[in-house]
Amino acid sequence: MIATIWAWLSDPTNWAGAGGIPAQSLEHLRLSLIALLAAALVAVPIGLYVGHTGRGRVVLVNVVSAFRAIPSLGVLFIAALLLLPHLRGNLAFELPSLIVLAVLGIPPILSGVYAGIEQVDPAARDAARGMGMTGWQRLWQVEVPCALPLICSGLRSSMMQIIATATIAAVVGLGGLGRFLIDGQANRKYDEMAGGAILVALLALVVDIVFSLVQRAVVSPGLASRGRT
Amino acid sequence: MIRLEGVSKEYAAGRPAVDNLTLEAATGEITVLVGPSGCGKTTSLRMINRMIEPTSGRILIDGRDTARVPAATLRRDIGYVIQHAGLFPHRTVLHNVMTVPRLNGWGRARAEARAREVLEMVGLPGDFGRRYPGQLSGGQQQRVGVARALASDPSVILMDEPFSAVDPVAREGLQDDILRLQAELGTTIVLVTHDIDEAIKLGHRVAVLRQGGVLAQFSSPADLLAHPADDFVADFVGRDRGYRALSFQHADVPVHPEEPVRLGQPLGRRSEEWLLAVDDGSRPQGWVVPAEVGEGPVRVEHLHRAGTVAPVDGALRALLDAALSSPSGRGVVVRDGVLAGTVRAQEVLSVIQQAPRPDGASIQGPESASATGQRP
Amino acid sequence: MTLLGTDLGEVAEFAAQHAYLAGVPLVLGLLISLPLGWLALRRRWLYPPVIAGTGLLYTIPSLALFVLLPGILGTQILDPVNVVVAMTLYTIALLTRTVADGLGSVPDHVRQAATAMGYGPVRRFFAVELPLAVPVVSAGLRVAAVSNVSIVSVAALIGVSQLGLLFTDGFSRSAMGPIVVGVLACVLLAVLFDLLILAVTRVLTPWLRAVRA
Repeated sequence: MIATIWAWLSDPTNWAGAGGIPAQSLEHLRLSLIALLAAALVAVPIGLYVGHTGRGRVVLVNVVSAFRAIPSLGVLFIAALLLLPHLRGNLAFELPSLIVLAVLGIPPILSGVYAGIEQVDPAARDAARGMGMTGWQRLWQVEVPCALPLICSGLRSSMMQIIATATIAAVVGLGGLGRFLIDGQANRKYDEMAGGAILVALLALVVDIVFSLVQRAVVSPGLASRGRT
Repeated sequence: MIRLEGVSKEYAAGRPAVDNLTLEAATGEITVLVGPSGCGKTTSLRMINRMIEPTSGRILIDGRDTARVPAATLRRDIGYVIQHAGLFPHRTVLHNVMTVPRLNGWGRARAEARAREVLEMVGLPGDFGRRYPGQLSGGQQQRVGVARALASDPSVILMDEPFSAVDPVAREGLQDDILRLQAELGTTIVLVTHDIDEAIKLGHRVAVLRQGGVLAQFSSPADLLAHPADDFVADFVGRDRGYRALSFQHADVPVHPEEPVRLGQPLGRRSEEWLLAVDDGSRPQGWVVPAEVGEGPVRVEHLHRAGTVAPVDGALRALLDAALSSPSGRGVVVRDGVLAGTVRAQEVLSVIQQAPRPDGASIQGPESASATGQRP
Repeated sequence: MTLLGTDLGEVAEFAAQHAYLAGVPLVLGLLISLPLGWLALRRRWLYPPVIAGTGLLYTIPSLALFVLLPGILGTQILDPVNVVVAMTLYTIALLTRTVADGLGSVPDHVRQAATAMGYGPVRRFFAVELPLAVPVVSAGLRVAAVSNVSIVSVAALIGVSQLGLLFTDGFSRSAMGPIVVGVLACVLLAVLFDLLILAVTRVLTPWLRAVRA
């Protein structure tokens, strides 16, 4: 079993060309990063607003937990069925999936940013206001830096969610490492499926480690004891 | 001068947190707002830098209506110290202290030099600047909080329960430092506390507030102890106030010459009495029992250190305490640390008996500004 | 009876299978997380490796785990056991840290008072620490339950029978009906799990109700 998987993984033909392992890994990473960026563009401002002003927190908390209940496979199929007839070429394969990836990536970031801002020491906020910081200055000089550990872990779990959903999205035609799993199954080739599974797990692991290193670099050592992820 | 004119704050209609408060905090003095919880003291303080907007009334700082100054601008000119220090956990101590100068547009180098200077002033030199707040004790954090308020050299500092969250030993040190720094810098300080002892120790003038934000009495600490305006104030000021009031009374007490013995030398005379030992500079060290010393020199092990030492021109409370705490019954008084003689409890008491009661019945409100408080 | 062209009897059957595949791992995961979390809390040096290790489980994409487990367990790829094991692993990933933090949130003075009254470590755990940790653990369990229900549907891609089959079936026929019904059924099931956990928590923590009332 392990030998056949290893044979598939080490077969040079699987490493070559547009459908090869390096190309699909990069494709998986590219799609995931685009989705993460789109999710962050939506989630970060909303999270900052809710955290800073305290307005709409009940709505936010409920929306986040409701989103968690939605099965990603179901929405992928719904998006594909709705959008596929209207799209041409590469866009037809990518756009429906990317939209779903981004939407499902929003809740973890939203709750991370919101919770991060919310848990900033009230005394520090009060002091910041009392020494004459404007709303923006408080947000960027005090609240965001103090919230970074939780913002980062929100981004990390969003990225994990996106990588996992991108794997599934191969079933509606998305490129990336999920192709090996889906195509392997279609061709009854367990070595390809298992090889792809190992690769996608490795990719997720490596990305998570890279993100954790970035987190360590951007979070102030003064916060090291708190908000461990 | 900070002037509150008929200031009220209502969070819910009809239930004022602060009710028509008129008060003047004199320039260069420490004004303390004290009272039980729910008396609106913190609300009053926070209205001065517009952390809370008054429902009605005006607040003037040096004649300037604070409502006409943008809130952020106003606050940058006013130091602000709060209960839990509120340091920024993600910034080093040095960068915490540099915050307001930087907000005021100072260059990095100048702000940093100033931050080091004020950290030195509050007793946190050199290496402390590189640490993060999480690595400091509560008392040290509050010292940084004070340094941060001092950094841009404001003429006014507001302090909201600044020392109530630190342990008693650190609190005493911080109080002494505030008194020293305030005397040096001449900063106008408005301080909120629930602790009447802290109010009496720190305040030039003390405003006692009662529930619902009504001013009960505004006077010097001595006056507050001697003439509580009503039952509420009397109750709040607490027991022992007659004795505590002696902290503010000074009078000439007869000083008797004292023949001391020198540490490290034989007694040189026979005596049944306690003898006072001094060092080579004539500074009192403690009392000795001649029988315990015997023929040899007076050694440190022979010293009984029970008695307190009072300055010869000290307050009556310190003089009386020196006499009462001395095992010989003779209270040691010093001038600049050097033995000046001894005082007797009986004589201190008769001086107290003859001294006039502190007078000038306290007047509610700012009109009593003429009654200058005396430093304890 | 049908809804949007979907046989509701079939939906109910799928839903029962779905509830089994999502629910059993929840119980198993909780039973495994309790000692793990307790260990991570009691032996400080174990906290980072245990928490990081269980956390890593969560980075493995679900489809990859479903595919790899038969190879590791020696089971058939269609065997529901794979799904149960995978979901149990995810539950452990989510719950271990919560259990450790929940037990850690029990005030020190309470723990010391229990010790002073003569509770041994084991009895103290069951009589004092665990009950007080219930609200935090329950919050974690709710997250795990909802996410389990969502993830189980992915197993439709490898052909394991549950609500997810409505998705693959609908997609292969380009029929929106079954997919929508499937999504609704999934959400409904998640809400039921959530309510069930809330109810159990309420029964287990009468002191919280007393305080609120």
